[in-house]
Amino acid sequence: MDKVVNDFSIIVGTKNGSGSSTANNTILRAIFKMGIPVSGKNLFPSNIQGLPTWYTIRANKDGFIARREENEIVIAMNPDSFARDLASVAPGGAFFYSDDIKQPITRADIAVYPMPVKQIVRGDPSIPSDFRDLVGNMVYVGILAQTLGLDLDTIYAALNFHFKGKQKPIDMNFNTVKASAEWAKANLEKKDPFYLEPMDKTNGLIMADGNTAAAVGSIFGGVQFAAWYPITPASSLAESLNDYFPLLRKREDGKHTYAVLQAEDELAAIGMAIGAGWSGLRSMTSTSGPGLSLMTEFAGLAYYAEVPVVVWDVQRIGPSTGLPTRTSQADLTFVNSMGHGDTQSVILLPGSVDECFEFGWRAFDVAEQLQAPVFVLSDLDMGMNQWMSKPFQYPDTPMQRGKVLWDKDIEELKGNWGRYLDKDGDGIPYRTVPGNKHPMSSYFTRGTGHDENARYTEDSSVWLRNMDRLKKKYETARQYVPAPISYTKPGATIGVIGYGSTEAAILEAIHQLETEDGIQADFLRVRALPFTQEVADFVTKYDQILVVEQNRDGQLKQLLTVEYPNQAPNLKSVAFGDGMPASAKWVREGILAKYAEPVQQR
Amino acid sequence: MTQPLPMAGAAANVNLAGLAKNDYRGNPSTLCQGCGHNSISNQIVSAMYEMNVVPENVIKFSGIGCSSKSPTYFLNRSFGFNSLHGRMPSIATGSLFGDHTLKGLAVSGDGDTASIGMGQFKHVVRRNVNMVYIVENNGVYGLTKGQFSATAERGLSLKKQGANQYMPVDICMEALVSNATFVARSFAGNAKQVKELIKAAMSHNGIAVLDIISPCVTFNNQENAYHSYAWGKDHEEPLHDITYIAPRNEIILEEEMKEGEIREVSLHDGSVVILKNLDKDYNPTDRFEAMRILAEAQQNNWLATGLIYIETNKPTLTEMYNLVDTPLNRLEEADLRPAPAMIDKVNALMF
Repeated sequence: MDKVVNDFSIIVGTKNGSGSSTANNTILRAIFKMGIPVSGKNLFPSNIQGLPTWYTIRANKDGFIARREENEIVIAMNPDSFARDLASVAPGGAFFYSDDIKQPITRADIAVYPMPVKQIVRGDPSIPSDFRDLVGNMVYVGILAQTLGLDLDTIYAALNFHFKGKQKPIDMNFNTVKASAEWAKANLEKKDPFYLEPMDKTNGLIMADGNTAAAVGSIFGGVQFAAWYPITPASSLAESLNDYFPLLRKREDGKHTYAVLQAEDELAAIGMAIGAGWSGLRSMTSTSGPGLSLMTEFAGLAYYAEVPVVVWDVQRIGPSTGLPTRTSQADLTFVNSMGHGDTQSVILLPGSVDECFEFGWRAFDVAEQLQAPVFVLSDLDMGMNQWMSKPFQYPDTPMQRGKVLWDKDIEELKGNWGRYLDKDGDGIPYRTVPGNKHPMSSYFTRGTGHDENARYTEDSSVWLRNMDRLKKKYETARQYVPAPISYTKPGATIGVIGYGSTEAAILEAIHQLETEDGIQADFLRVRALPFTQEVADFVTKYDQILVVEQNRDGQLKQLLTVEYPNQAPNLKSVAFGDGMPASAKWVREGILAKYAEPVQQR
Repeated sequence: MTQPLPMAGAAANVNLAGLAKNDYRGNPSTLCQGCGHNSISNQIVSAMYEMNVVPENVIKFSGIGCSSKSPTYFLNRSFGFNSLHGRMPSIATGSLFGDHTLKGLAVSGDGDTASIGMGQFKHVVRRNVNMVYIVENNGVYGLTKGQFSATAERGLSLKKQGANQYMPVDICMEALVSNATFVARSFAGNAKQVKELIKAAMSHNGIAVLDIISPCVTFNNQENAYHSYAWGKDHEEPLHDITYIAPRNEIILEEEMKEGEIREVSLHDGSVVILKNLDKDYNPTDRFEAMRILAEAQQNNWLATGLIYIETNKPTLTEMYNLVDTPLNRLEEADLRPAPAMIDKVNALMF
């Protein structure tokens, strides 16, 4: 049997709320610390306790870390999903199960390992009885350590991180890991080909989730005010602000330069954030689709009243509850025209955890320069799962506060200014904020029709003039938003466009298309709306452009079609939104299903 | 101490802030002739002038409706935000974080507050945001031409709407049960009381809810209607005569002290509200008594007006946040962006 080293996937089936996430994160982090490229994804139901839940880990020596739909190693800890878990093991794979589950083993094509979870845990009298179930999850960590070669020192490092150096829980869990590894060494005969061996491919990388990165990035962006309302999968973004503010914005006088406020609902959350943005603060809110729906009226007001605010949308599937713990890229067209009447939103689309950090600070620069709401669309997969990431980079430009006039500026202008006057011809006017004590500084902000001096008017020509200026401002926005990332090589015949967390799956699919299907593809990862010139150049370059995204209707493809109508016949949609993190398999199959063989030139 | 005399040569009509009454005015009102809201706007102008308020230290807020238009008609030199229907409280809450030294002055209506905005109203009250929250309460939707609001009394008949079947929302009661720190009610026809209550509310540190019955002359001014001039004049039961005394203005204080039954309430800024009780011995610092008075008024079909409740020692929202002394919106990059060395610290905190 040939060894399979650092190239397989593990899935753990447990009950929600059983405390398995510590064990799963420990395996993920231990593999990462061994220098092996790895990803971990929590596939969990909307439930506090009891329903089946899975965690999938992929180790890949070549750096392909998208979710795989097939798992070679399956760990069954939940009797309710036992049969399904057993059936899911890839042929030639390995099946580990808690031996108190007495259900028939119906597979002969896989290696099967019973694990005496209860026996091992009871064997350690230092574990209090009410901790046995929690610590029991460490049994599979220890048994995998022995059978796969998961390094005990890196497991210790992972536990040390998880428990923030608290010795008692570290020892309790690590002792169980060790006892389980020793049991496996004495009692299990290795019958599968899967091994983990140290590499050096994660040197210099960190591991983090996108919501933490977004929060920390926002703090490096100087955020001063955040209002939010709890919603999966966005809650941990605001909670991370609370975690990191005390460290990152610590002052000698102990006073605060920021405020985080949990509002009564999303209507109030964005209202407060807009109020703070209007009064001159770097201000944000974070939510997901249902909350975003509630924010719509305010988003339209902020667009029209020209108030800077940053709105993070950590996307999930569906209205109301929908599938609240499943990932999605289905808010794009909604956000694009979010608000009443003619609105065009500025949208940033981070595609990695380090980009969540970068767009965390950059979004404030864009919002304040444009005096407009800026939406950052992340998703559950990127926001809540742990990813390998480049370290966060300190902002490479000073804070861009945009066109704000203070007392002395108004004095120099002798009070001669207009809040909505396009003095510079870029559609972006100048603004003042409360606290400016110059008698000519104030203005009255309203959603009602207003002229260049913020005075109420219902005059048609003034309305048209203002709407045209807002359109011009949207054109100006193209200069302020991040350009796409392109992956090109000579000889490519098709173009692939995507955005967000699907990058890993798309890059792997492109590799497979090249090596297995003989199709060379270039890839463009769009990072913002409005589209920049690079996007226009890309869509005119290929006869076939496949737009890959996680929704039903091909929303990015729709927006590209509207923006580049001449290229419409060449744009094809590869859209699939089942709530699961993207896999190379569906990307590749989706592209092949839409791909047309180039017609031979006569 | 006595009030300093105006400096020689200063125009007699200039106040201690160096401003004339005109400096407190706004644009001409576009509301109906005789609208109670216009009378309230006038009292706001007078109160601010007499209190020597610097207009730049006030931010005006409103939602949507006739009442919410009125901030255009006073304090032209103040910043203002006419927001969304029922959502003014959230805009005010966020805005006042921008500069915690500024005072909010909000005008809303009964629809804006007690119907679409009830949730935000209750929450801005419980957070004790530092603002005056005036409800210009007429029991009817004016801008959409005469539908019932949630404060309309049961049995009220309106053209096209028929009779209202539901019990009204009592805004003062709602404020009280949400732990408001200042609750008052007045009647737009009682100009002096409106003005004195506005002054007291401005001096209060925290949320000051001022429910002013403000008749709609166009859609709801029938003689028997609860929110009409005629009904208000006949049924108003002031709890007390109210006088607001600016800080350190002791001469007037002594004069007032000579008269009968008097209760003083000291406000945050050193000013005093003097309540001269009429026929009842009313204590506005007793929350239970305040609720009783409101229930009693409802039962007896009275319009109980005056300072119903006040609590002067509660921290405001921004005070709870331990903010730096400099207003947040004056902070610069050095205050806001962590030092470059912190990036390594943060990366080290990740796994």
